[in-house]
Amino acid sequence: MTHQFPSRRAFLAATAATAGAFVLATFVPFPGRALAQGGPPPGPYDPNLFIRIGADNTVTVVVKHLEMGQGVSTGIPTVVAEELDADWADVRFEFSSNDTAHYNNLFFGPAMGTGGSTSINESFDQMRKAGAAARAMLVAATASEWKVPAGEITVASGVVAHPGSGHKARFGELAAAAMQLPVPTEVTLKPVSSFKLIGTRLPRLDSVGKTTGRAQFALDIRRPGMLTAVVRRPDHFGAAVATLDDAAARKVAGVVDVIRIPSGVAVLATDTWAATRGREALKIEWDLSKAERRSTAEILAEYGRLADQPGMSAIKRGDAAAGLGRAVKTIDAEFAFPYLAHAPMEPMNCVLEVKGGKAEMWAGSQLQTLDTFVLAKILGLKPENVAVHTTLGGGSFGRRANPQGDWASEAAAIVKAIGGKAPVHLVWTREDDIKGGFYRPLSFHRVKAGIDAQGRITGWRHTVVSKSILIGTPFEKMGIKDGVDSASVEGIVDTSYAIGDMSVELHNPASPVPVLWWRSVGHSHTGHVMETALDELAHLAGKDPLDFRLALLAAKPREQAVLKLAADKSGWGSPMPKGRGRGIAYHESFGTRVAMVAEVAAGDTDFKVERIVAAVDCGIAVNPDVIAAQLEGAVGFALSAVLRNKVTLKNGVVEQGNFDDYEPTRIGEMPRVEVHIVPSAEHPSGVGEPGVPPLAPAIGNALFAATGKRVRSLPMELGRTA
Amino acid sequence: MLTLNVNGTDHQLDVDPEMPLLWAIRDRLDLTGTKFGCGRALCGACTVHIDGDAARSCSIMAGDAVGKKIVTIEAVSGKVADAVRSAWQQLDVVQCGYCQSGQIMSAINLLSDNNKPSDAEIDASMEGNICRCGTYVRIRAAIHEAAKTLA
Repeated sequence: MTHQFPSRRAFLAATAATAGAFVLATFVPFPGRALAQGGPPPGPYDPNLFIRIGADNTVTVVVKHLEMGQGVSTGIPTVVAEELDADWADVRFEFSSNDTAHYNNLFFGPAMGTGGSTSINESFDQMRKAGAAARAMLVAATASEWKVPAGEITVASGVVAHPGSGHKARFGELAAAAMQLPVPTEVTLKPVSSFKLIGTRLPRLDSVGKTTGRAQFALDIRRPGMLTAVVRRPDHFGAAVATLDDAAARKVAGVVDVIRIPSGVAVLATDTWAATRGREALKIEWDLSKAERRSTAEILAEYGRLADQPGMSAIKRGDAAAGLGRAVKTIDAEFAFPYLAHAPMEPMNCVLEVKGGKAEMWAGSQLQTLDTFVLAKILGLKPENVAVHTTLGGGSFGRRANPQGDWASEAAAIVKAIGGKAPVHLVWTREDDIKGGFYRPLSFHRVKAGIDAQGRITGWRHTVVSKSILIGTPFEKMGIKDGVDSASVEGIVDTSYAIGDMSVELHNPASPVPVLWWRSVGHSHTGHVMETALDELAHLAGKDPLDFRLALLAAKPREQAVLKLAADKSGWGSPMPKGRGRGIAYHESFGTRVAMVAEVAAGDTDFKVERIVAAVDCGIAVNPDVIAAQLEGAVGFALSAVLRNKVTLKNGVVEQGNFDDYEPTRIGEMPRVEVHIVPSAEHPSGVGEPGVPPLAPAIGNALFAATGKRVRSLPMELGRTA
Repeated sequence: MLTLNVNGTDHQLDVDPEMPLLWAIRDRLDLTGTKFGCGRALCGACTVHIDGDAARSCSIMAGDAVGKKIVTIEAVSGKVADAVRSAWQQLDVVQCGYCQSGQIMSAINLLSDNNKPSDAEIDASMEGNICRCGTYVRIRAAIHEAAKTLA
């Protein structure tokens, strides 16, 4: 038993590189960049791809994205139904196949995927056109059936009518003939001012299923003869199996097989409980020669040393050093951020079945095309013979979009090893999830900034130390420029504020600890640093933090409007009782502008966040209630990282494992949240992520207002300053 | 072999009495509305009613549930259940929805004992149910809304 398996990292790098070579050469990961180039490119809008109208009048909209809570399975149908003039009561949704040629994310090039808060942004025009084309086809079919001029036909709430002749029909009677007609090469879209559904509070289409137990997540998929697999992965990232004794595991009732796979040892059983008991009975010795053995304290100390050395230049504008030389007052601030697990409520899992040269996977996948190629490569199949059935995702926050295809790879390796003799449900437990890596990267920032006698910023020197998310993945080509991972410095180099003399440098130290985008990606730490440092400078200058920010956004009315709206609604400037404080923060990410005002009550070692007032400008508000929900949810999600969440390593071993030592926000900690949306007729941008970045700095700035103590690092520990 | 009474029906199951009730429900009865979140009674996603009380099915052995009446999200019914479901739908509480079976089972339990809970009572009673999407603002509002319907 001395056969050496490749390390998990090497294996994943190999499969990922292969997948990348296939598909992702033109990937554009950042919608901001695409927006700057004039919005998403056009995509196919043949209604037969996106809309199915039943004889019973139901309008089923085919959604190409993953619904993971963000409301896309309501938002996309809303856009289609608007242009189609459908009756919302008749509208349903289903998820599309992984037919990449038709269901690609228009920002992602030839790849299907959900992420970067792009869904509504990338498909708004495409879905409007699909709805408008279907409407035009209904009208054309009706005109020829009733022998009346098309221009005299009206469509409203799922009814087609010809007022002159009194003809009237519901969609269901006309659809079969209409959908056979040629798709119009040009369609006329409604003016924004005549929207009836967009901009109103329509009920979510997934609420009923999710309140009755009927909603189906990947964990709920059952296939005939299905086996459940759990995998014993090493305690140390980068370790590999040296020796395996599976005799005891094989004796556990219900255990069917034990298989070595690149990431560890898989136990297959007739049910989940037998599989986990079998796993507990495995005896494994691990080869730690390439493993991470350090503790997070050591890694952070190394990051601190790196921050004092020159790094790669991410941006150099003006002369920051000279600017700092002119300053009359300066700050020199350090910020540390821990590894964070996404910890979606539904742990990673997927069902994979291989039969007759074809594979089918059921998963809450955010990157269906990439997972398709990962499966095809490992199983030795052509990608067109791999079907990915997208199920609901029980949360994700980025975890189900893994460029390294970790869980899909594991399932494929297991099914391959058993020769496809049974469908396999790969299930991660909560401990597997918290200990399994693919964390928000541990990061360290140093900011030196100064102001002149008038309180104007004279220079800003910023160093970021963070492992790259994109290096070694299919996204590397587009996301890395001159060695700089844009996902490490976004939110700084593209700051909305007019900071003239600025230099940003980056260190991307390597480590076997796998990292991944975590709801708002780089903005999850850069937003906090920018907004905390700005607050410090405002106080140093003796200026109101709101006025200080507005002055730096002089030529930016949309940014100013968002800040002013949050401030006005919060009662900014009115006095607070002793021990309480108010803090403000603003951050743009993924094309969406968000400001938050936090109110906190602080004790000596503890604090409570009592109220959050948020303002958001995301362009056209497709469903204001879903937008409000995303902002409320972002507060609850991000608050756990403010209050306590961190993944730490001790001699390379993760110290946390479940919701006791990695405890998300609980209901008693949830503040009141008020969300205000700036009215807009601009092209819509996303709302899944942008609510996260401003929360922590708004709270930290409120704590400073309440206590005079500046807590820079996350999680915020009041006993610790800076 | 043991007998579990789930949603009003006796089921003969060939399972080890030590198997957690959650897995008997999900993997043997294929009632998948009850969710696996942590396996250690830390998150409440697996909440069911046992003899009318909310219980974490991941941390109760199937053998210990013999002779008791187990009700899951698929079958929970009555005036309180209807009020809770309808409030949840009316306020669109759900986001990803994965924890909501457990949230709803806990909320039904709360409102069955207390028909007009305060915010503090809601927080205390729902403290064991984690929602990673952060829908807590609406959970509170929906419980108040359901209480109004029941008053």
